[in-house]
Amino acid sequence: MTLLYFAWVRQKIGRSEERLVLPEGVRTVGDLLAHLGARGGGYGEAFADTSRLRAALNQAHVGLDAVVRDEDEVAFFPPVTGG
Amino acid sequence: MSARIQVQTDDFDAGAEIATLAEASGGVGAVASFVGVVRSTDGVTSMTLEHYPGMTEREIAHHVAEAQARWPLLGLTVIHRIGKLAVGDAIVLVAAASAHRQAAFAACEFLVDYLKTRAPFWKLEERGGNTDWVSARAEDDDAAERWRR
Repeated sequence: MTLLYFAWVRQKIGRSEERLVLPEGVRTVGDLLAHLGARGGGYGEAFADTSRLRAALNQAHVGLDAVVRDEDEVAFFPPVTGG
Repeated sequence: MSARIQVQTDDFDAGAEIATLAEASGGVGAVASFVGVVRSTDGVTSMTLEHYPGMTEREIAHHVAEAQARWPLLGLTVIHRIGKLAVGDAIVLVAAASAHRQAAFAACEFLVDYLKTRAPFWKLEERGGNTDWVSARAEDDDAAERWRR
């Protein structure tokens, strides 16, 4: 799967994109978030407070309960501030 | 009905965009427009806009289609800038054309409300040498939510 990070999530993690093979036991966007947060460091900081995070699955807004597959594009970012 | 959606670093000419909508069809009797501008809040000197290429265009297209379904529109233009902008620079243009003003005003406001809460843009403000990501505002969520009622 492709993971994308934007705004301060990208800054804390230190990269904007990475590839990942769907890890064992990861079924939903929320599981993926917990898996990445457990890496600690910048990931731990970026994913510490899920209330400040939003996610997109294949370029559509989703909740933490959305099911992810290995061929998906998943993005994590703060609430949007355009317009 | 034609819809023009543009995400770009370059500035835009709001007057020319409005004229294009006004001339698009003989049935146009009203063009309503909104221009968002970088504000100098608490010493902000510049702003950098980041976005999610691909998803941005999809989100805007989705809400443009919803606006077309809700109101009898004759043309729509949405231009959102990205990259570094200075105080006073235009950020976004939304313009809607219709036979009468009510649909044009409503569609314009609807699209601005959804751009603010759904389109994946993020603003980084610069004050002197310091930078801060702009936080989302609950008022913006409320403004978008009222279109669901």
